[in-house]
Amino acid sequence: MQFIPLLFGMTFISFVIIQLAPGDYFTQLQMNPEISPQTIESMRRNFGLDKPVIAQYFYWLGNLARFNLGESFSYHVPVSFLIGQKLKNTLALSVFSIFFTWLIAIPLGVYSAIKEGRWQEKMMSFFAYIGISIPSFLIAMLLVFFAARTMVLPVGGTTSVFYINATGWEKFIDYLKHLLLPGIALTLAEIGWLYRLMKNNFLEALGSPYIVTAHAKGLSDGRIYFRHALRNAVNPMITIFGYTLSSVLSGAALVEIITNWPGMGRLILDAVLSRDLYLVMASLLIGGVLLILGNLVADILIAAADPRVRLR
Amino acid sequence: MKKFLKRLKHANRISFISLWFLLFLYLIAFLADFISPYPYDLQNREYALCPPTAPRVFHDGRVSLRPFVYGIEIVNPAFQEYAADTSRIYPIRLFAKGTERTLAGFLKTDRYLFGTGDEGKIFLFGTDLHGRDVFSRVLHGARISLSIGIIGVSISFILGLLVGGVSGYFGGKTDVFLMRMVEIIMMFPFFYLMLALRAAFPPNLSSVQVYFLIVVILSLIGWASLARIIRGMVLSLKEEEYVLAARSLGLSSFRVITRHILPGTFSYTVTALTLSVPGYILGESALSLLGLGIQEPYPSWGNMLSVTVGNLRILTGAPWMMIPGLFIFLTVIAFNFLGDGIRNVADPKNW
Repeated sequence: MQFIPLLFGMTFISFVIIQLAPGDYFTQLQMNPEISPQTIESMRRNFGLDKPVIAQYFYWLGNLARFNLGESFSYHVPVSFLIGQKLKNTLALSVFSIFFTWLIAIPLGVYSAIKEGRWQEKMMSFFAYIGISIPSFLIAMLLVFFAARTMVLPVGGTTSVFYINATGWEKFIDYLKHLLLPGIALTLAEIGWLYRLMKNNFLEALGSPYIVTAHAKGLSDGRIYFRHALRNAVNPMITIFGYTLSSVLSGAALVEIITNWPGMGRLILDAVLSRDLYLVMASLLIGGVLLILGNLVADILIAAADPRVRLR
Repeated sequence: MKKFLKRLKHANRISFISLWFLLFLYLIAFLADFISPYPYDLQNREYALCPPTAPRVFHDGRVSLRPFVYGIEIVNPAFQEYAADTSRIYPIRLFAKGTERTLAGFLKTDRYLFGTGDEGKIFLFGTDLHGRDVFSRVLHGARISLSIGIIGVSISFILGLLVGGVSGYFGGKTDVFLMRMVEIIMMFPFFYLMLALRAAFPPNLSSVQVYFLIVVILSLIGWASLARIIRGMVLSLKEEEYVLAARSLGLSSFRVITRHILPGTFSYTVTALTLSVPGYILGESALSLLGLGIQEPYPSWGNMLSVTVGNLRILTGAPWMMIPGLFIFLTVIAFNFLGDGIRNVADPKNW
């Protein structure tokens, strides 16, 4: 619940920053001789742009309380409609990549912690290093390059040409096929960090006194690794989950733009380029809300996984 | 410092190599005007999207002591098809002649470190859409990409150290207020916030203005996470006896924070400093890549990549346009190796 004042603070600050900048969307329209000054003036009034900054902010907040995020200047449709359209694609991409990142990174991290110092660990850590250092947009570019050269994966968009005639199931498969390219790019970009964190956590857990005790009791290795070490190593990872969301969303936006996946990334970029104030604000707000929700999920998960937190 | 380098060399070979590699890159960026065979904005319209011309030493089964390049034959100008013309040979000369330009602001010269003279063309990394030499542009682009990391990190470190120091030292309401600010900044996806801040300024600014704008934007976002960690360290350091001693001597709070507490966080900050440089380089590249950063004709590694975005013909037909991405990657990985090495060496546990 402490998040709500943070959200207000953030929206206010960015609202002021955007307002302080010289000119707005209509200064561009004024250049256009086909649009009369009267039209522009009335549009200004409709969007509340003729009032002082503080009033504009509360005007916007009041609308927000009624789930009205304002109207896009350049598209002339409600912002919530535009965002709803793109948000589901961004969410699909993020969930896809989070799922596979965790599915692959956790076992690999555990495996290489067990093999610490051996060649398996060294090789994997080397690749993880490359994965951490290679920018997400470069991964996306390379993947697009290979996909376009070999034609194995469709590039760009969410649907194929024959989409209209397809049945529901075929539509789903088609969507997944298009999701694969940006999904793999984002997964590759995120996997290195997670692998390294998991490996370090598991190593730390393996060095704890209770592991020595377990060994002394004569437990099997498998039981020690998976009953004792894993549970303790995964708990801090769940806390990390909330933090990684920020980089997943940022990475998703970039990857979307490179691979031409119609998500929030493209939307916010176009909004910035055309100075579409309400659209930028709403996108920023949605980004923040997603992070808050992610942190909430992480809190619930950690309570489920860790009895010490539950008791408190 | 010498001792430190020695320890780094022994403890962590690869980070030592990274250090030299980075110094080499910075030197190249500094000498870009002199090293590059062409000015960064020299257009060879007839050689648009020409593939790299490799320096060769073999010709007709004989070894030539002086490396040379073949002439470029234009097969089909409309579709940018080129072939090597093996009948024409242009030796690569040191201090070759070219178009005149001014070095370091005062030295007028027409000599380049290497080149093929007037007739032949040497495009080590190929050319871009306007026929500009990618190799020369990569060298010039290094100036922006590499310096933004250092300057941006310096600004946000001063901010982060001060805010973290003040917040941890004074505690109470100041602490609550400053940490709320930090949380507000960290509560938003980095990329969204970066774009929103960029949206506050007109899209078309001059290159110098954009350069400073990018530095300011990245620093404004970057100081928050550092301030939070510094605050945590200051909280524990301020209970130390030497801090109590300094305070009872009657030193001002500012002096106690800057001279007695913050140096205690030094080993951490040097590591974090090195490890956060890549973030700034990537931030600049991302902005320039999207056309919101450094503007043409001036090159940066990010805006050189931007032609490949959403243009499959260039991406598949001219993969050498992705070479600046390779340089970004190499710089980032070198900073990461160096940072890890410094962490190992600076950690007293490993002495």
